[in-house]
Amino acid sequence: MRRPVLDVRDLTKTYGEGEATVHALRGVSMTVERGDYVAIMGSSGSGKSTLMNILGALDVPTTGTYLLDGVDVSDLADRQLALARNRLIGFIFQAFNLIPRMSAAGNVELPLAYAGIKPDERRRRARAALDVVGLAERARHEPNQLSGGQQQRVAVARALVTEPALLLADEPTGNLDTRSTEDVLDVFDQLSAAGRTIVIITHEPEVGARAKRLIRLVDGRIVHDVRQRP
Amino acid sequence: MSLTFALRGLSANKLRSSLTMLGILIGVAAVILLVAVGNGSAKAISDRIEALGTNTITVMSAGRTGSALTTETAGALADPVLAPDVRSVSPVVSASATVTYEGADHEVSSFVGTTPGWFAASNTPVGRGAAFTTDDEAQGRRVVVLGPTVAEELFPGADPIDQQVTVGGALFTVIGVLAGKSSTGFQDANDTAVAPLTAVRQVLTGYGSLNSILVEASSPAQVDAVQSQVSTILGLSLDETQYRIQNASQLLETQTETADTFTTLLGAVAAISLLVGGIGITNIMLVTVTERTREIGIRKALGAPRRVILTQFMIEATLLSVLGGLLGVAAALIGSSFEIVGVRPVIVPSSVGLALGVSIAIGLFFGGLPAARAARLRPIDALRYE
Repeated sequence: MRRPVLDVRDLTKTYGEGEATVHALRGVSMTVERGDYVAIMGSSGSGKSTLMNILGALDVPTTGTYLLDGVDVSDLADRQLALARNRLIGFIFQAFNLIPRMSAAGNVELPLAYAGIKPDERRRRARAALDVVGLAERARHEPNQLSGGQQQRVAVARALVTEPALLLADEPTGNLDTRSTEDVLDVFDQLSAAGRTIVIITHEPEVGARAKRLIRLVDGRIVHDVRQRP
Repeated sequence: MSLTFALRGLSANKLRSSLTMLGILIGVAAVILLVAVGNGSAKAISDRIEALGTNTITVMSAGRTGSALTTETAGALADPVLAPDVRSVSPVVSASATVTYEGADHEVSSFVGTTPGWFAASNTPVGRGAAFTTDDEAQGRRVVVLGPTVAEELFPGADPIDQQVTVGGALFTVIGVLAGKSSTGFQDANDTAVAPLTAVRQVLTGYGSLNSILVEASSPAQVDAVQSQVSTILGLSLDETQYRIQNASQLLETQTETADTFTTLLGAVAAISLLVGGIGITNIMLVTVTERTREIGIRKALGAPRRVILTQFMIEATLLSVLGGLLGVAAALIGSSFEIVGVRPVIVPSSVGLALGVSIAIGLFFGGLPAARAARLRPIDALRYE
């Protein structure tokens, strides 16, 4: 049996103590199979960003277990966590989060550098990844010389360059205009068609509509989980 | 890998990096240079005093009633029983005088009359010609040994020996020229002339009292013994307020102490400037790390282990402080080849090590501390940081 890329059980997350306790997640369980394209939707305050950060191993849950590609992420030490983030997850942020004053190619090469891959190999793979998002000719440009949509496509290239088990995107089109949104979503469709596993968080219905599976989150619970396409 | 990241980080902010290095550069260069100036002036002072001879004491007259030192006093000091450690006693008179030669004249600030033993005792060798002899002194022969400055003034390009110069209306035969002395004070030590005591008293100063008596000890170790013997003898005929004894080695000691204090003071001032430079590094590192907390978050999200991030910032801080420090050392070395306020600086090697070490330590500590804090942050907190 193929093991799921993502397997979370009874995830809870609380912030603060006593009276001021905020329950961001109240027991979330879900699995995501390899090659799936999942959109998690919810209004602001529904806990979707908290869920995203936990799925991306950027934050730890208060209770519950999280298996990422069969590895229990909740009890990893800092070193292994860094390794997991590097090898298993490709993260795409709403604010792009490219490193300023570093060329697009440099940004894409960065996770490979942390993985200890040789410079020649790094350059080849970064070029290939930029090719996938259609920005090969912009490799030498720095982030401030690129439009928002281009920056986000560079961020996508950076996320997929390590060939991670899971692509996680946190409101990837939140800061983009309609045209750039279309460009970025086309890239996601293309990646999904190529067999990548994608989890995308959004509050825009048109983004959610393009996913194969749609999950709705309200008040830290999954209220809706439908398959829109096989 | 971390080295490339660090170099990229530094070159991304060239102006800020170079200003930080400038702060350290100035701090390090100031420490080294100021200590070198202090050390150089101490060396100059001790050289000057050592040139006076360290195995002599000088008896000088004190008090307002005129000098009480006479040739009899000087004679009494040459007493093998009461003062066994005295090698020679040279009574000294001196006055300023105009020396004339064929229409050219020169004002000599110290025309010295003394006995032949003075040349050896005062560490003033004769360069050309000869010193006068005991016989010359006894006979009151009018012979003179000129200082190099006087000889150069009166006999430019000519040999002054056996020429006759006029001093105070009397003719003196030049029999020698003193060897040049290095002159570090305001007074030119070469602007002098030495003649037999009897001749000078006859022509210039009259038969009054002596200006001073130079007493030479048989060895530098006996200087203190000679000093107590001399004061015993002088105590027989003179009141203690009428004379004072100047001891060259004591003078050297106190002057060296003064110079050491001076060096310490300069060093303290310089250390403060190094500290200010260090605070500059601290400030820049804090700003850099705080400003780049988000970047640290991104890097962690991309899978950078804590160690790699820490190393990157440590290398950045180290490079800044090491480069700044080395440039500071270079600046100090260049600066020390020039005279500063009339003093030739002499570099103290330990000050180089100390200044460099402190700047590197400051860079490592205050660069490492905020970096360690940032590297420990959970990526989500670092990413949210604004």
